Amino acid sequence: MTDITETQIRMARRLARRHGAEKRFKLLALLAAWIGLVFLGVLLFTVIKSGHTALLQTEVLLKVTLQGSDLGQPVSGDRSEAVAGANYNAVIKRALRETFPEVKGRSQLRELYGLVSVAAAYEVREAMMEHADPVGNTVAIWVTASDDVDLIIKGTVPRTAPEEQRHLSDRQMNWIESLEKADGIKAKFNTNFFTSGDSREPELAGILGGAMGSLYAILVCLAISFPLGVASAVYLECFAPKNKVTEFIEVNINNLAAVPSIVFGLLGLAIFLNVFMLPRSAPLVGGMVLSLLTLPTIIIAGRAAIKAVPPSVREAALALGASPIQAVFHHVLPLAMPGILTGTIIGTAGALGETAPLLMIGMVAFIVDVPTSVVDPATVLPVQIFLWSDIPEKAFVERTSAAILVLLSFVCLLNLVAVYLRRKFEIRW
Amino acid sequence: MTQDPVDHMVSDSTDLRHSAKIGAREAGGPHRQGLVSDAPAKMSSRDLKVYYGDKQALYDVSLDIPVNQVTAFIGPSGCGKSTYLRCLNRMNDNIDVCRVAGSVMLDGHDIYDDDQDVVQLRSRIGMVFQKPNPFPKSIYDNVAYGPRIHGMAKDRDELNGIVLGSLERAGLLEEVRDRLDAPGTGLSGGQQQRLCIARAIAVRPEVILMDEPCSALDPIATERIEELIMELKANYTIIIVTHSMQQARRVSDKTAFFHLGRLVEHGLTKAVFEDPQDDRTKDYVTGRIG
Repeated sequence: MTDITETQIRMARRLARRHGAEKRFKLLALLAAWIGLVFLGVLLFTVIKSGHTALLQTEVLLKVTLQGSDLGQPVSGDRSEAVAGANYNAVIKRALRETFPEVKGRSQLRELYGLVSVAAAYEVREAMMEHADPVGNTVAIWVTASDDVDLIIKGTVPRTAPEEQRHLSDRQMNWIESLEKADGIKAKFNTNFFTSGDSREPELAGILGGAMGSLYAILVCLAISFPLGVASAVYLECFAPKNKVTEFIEVNINNLAAVPSIVFGLLGLAIFLNVFMLPRSAPLVGGMVLSLLTLPTIIIAGRAAIKAVPPSVREAALALGASPIQAVFHHVLPLAMPGILTGTIIGTAGALGETAPLLMIGMVAFIVDVPTSVVDPATVLPVQIFLWSDIPEKAFVERTSAAILVLLSFVCLLNLVAVYLRRKFEIRW
Repeated sequence: MTQDPVDHMVSDSTDLRHSAKIGAREAGGPHRQGLVSDAPAKMSSRDLKVYYGDKQALYDVSLDIPVNQVTAFIGPSGCGKSTYLRCLNRMNDNIDVCRVAGSVMLDGHDIYDDDQDVVQLRSRIGMVFQKPNPFPKSIYDNVAYGPRIHGMAKDRDELNGIVLGSLERAGLLEEVRDRLDAPGTGLSGGQQQRLCIARAIAVRPEVILMDEPCSALDPIATERIEELIMELKANYTIIIVTHSMQQARRVSDKTAFFHLGRLVEHGLTKAVFEDPQDDRTKDYVTGRIG
């Protein structure tokens, strides 16, 4: 009898300890999840805080008048050619002088001209070429302000900052204020950031070049690594005999997943560029190098997903007289697809953020033109971020953060596609 | 497909061969021809040996399976009855380390011959598994899959006919008629197993192998499957592996008892259960081992 009560007491004590351990573990797990969330929150907050201002771009309203003397010398005597060839720098300078007639002297005038971006000439030219009767008429055009003005208007640099920090003289500040009073300056949505390529001028620099480069590289990467990876996974899991050769291949695939990415870049340089003579800086080669990187991930994830399909499904198909290929393609692969897709997206998201291997094949370059095909020279989003982060001009800081946001939304988009595809395939289960 | 009696095709003169032919001869030993049914053999094996790597799983199994009857394989776990069953439609081919020696005849043709097409063989020998394993597709697609891959139907109407007919014969049609598009995996266990039977008979096999088809089912679902087996045997040769001796007694015409990879005794079900000749059989059917 005593034995039983002693045992019972011991068991009760043990039970209390077990419950305690469970509670502690739950708390720890919750804490870990929260720490992760807080880090993510801080990251997103800082990036959005410093990057959201890049969505706006200050513009200045200029009343420009194209005079006959500004027109260029047309070769064919065509009027539109004369308009296109006009000296728009002079037009803009005149417009600025007319807005601030009190400004005199070379150095003061240079400060005045510095309020607008060098791109203003192109913007005015474009507007004039669309105008039905450009010569002699005064037209009000919003032109891009220079980056320093932009930072003041958006409040990134405080107006009370010392001159050397805001890069603007007190005179320029006064002009800005008088423009503000006349509603002649304001921050508008920065479409340019999303529609143009890189530039030395921050107010002209856009992300589209990097985004298109990334898109092309990822498409090439997926086009190579997805079919190859799935085929390898299917072969290794469903058809390969279990012997030393396949074991060797298996070990090597696992090792490949752990090879530093820059090594793949060297391989790309040595094989794709030097042996195959493929174009330098092209998303085609970038995608090929990235596919080497994602291939092991896809194969490993694919094999795990195929292994997770209950063998009974395959047996059922085989017992009905399906050939082994039919059993795999009709039944095993569709069921493994969600897992394969998850692996593919993880691999692709990794490749999307990869910089090092692209260094080797010349995708780290200042490229202004937005690529229009996979063989055009291009850079990619992470490289663009890296390049901008290296530039001392303050206006590039917000653009770097904005570029990070674009990259993150790219990754988010990829994940959404993955979730959608997974759902779609899971319905069939 | 032919269903000719095949006894005359077996050339060697083991006593088993006669067992299929000569019904009334009384003989000693575990294989008592006198009690074996006199229906012609649909399938027969001679000296079948199976190895998994170095381990031998089956020793010299020679057995005739009578046409349009139910043959039950009983025996304790690991006795080789499932292994033997899977030799009959060459499902063991998919296991790398598995090696098969000896012969298995289907209508007098050795299915382990090099010229035997496995895909064609499996269209003649259907299989139902221990755990119901419908495809994660609709009920209709489950049944239609076999006819589709074999190109059995020339148009949609014919395919519909095959699917509905198979569901009807599997006794499932009334329950699922208005939800053929619902997923097969959403059915109850017993319904899933009948769906698997419908799927198997949709290919119009001659033989149906059942590997413990009721072990995952409740008694009521089991009863339905057993009724179904009794109905189906008019048209199909059925081989059922079962752990339940009651089930073997209820549904089978002939029973074979396996023990440690050997066929110990076989004959008419009644004889094996009521008058077992081998001590091991006696111990097993009376519940002393296994």
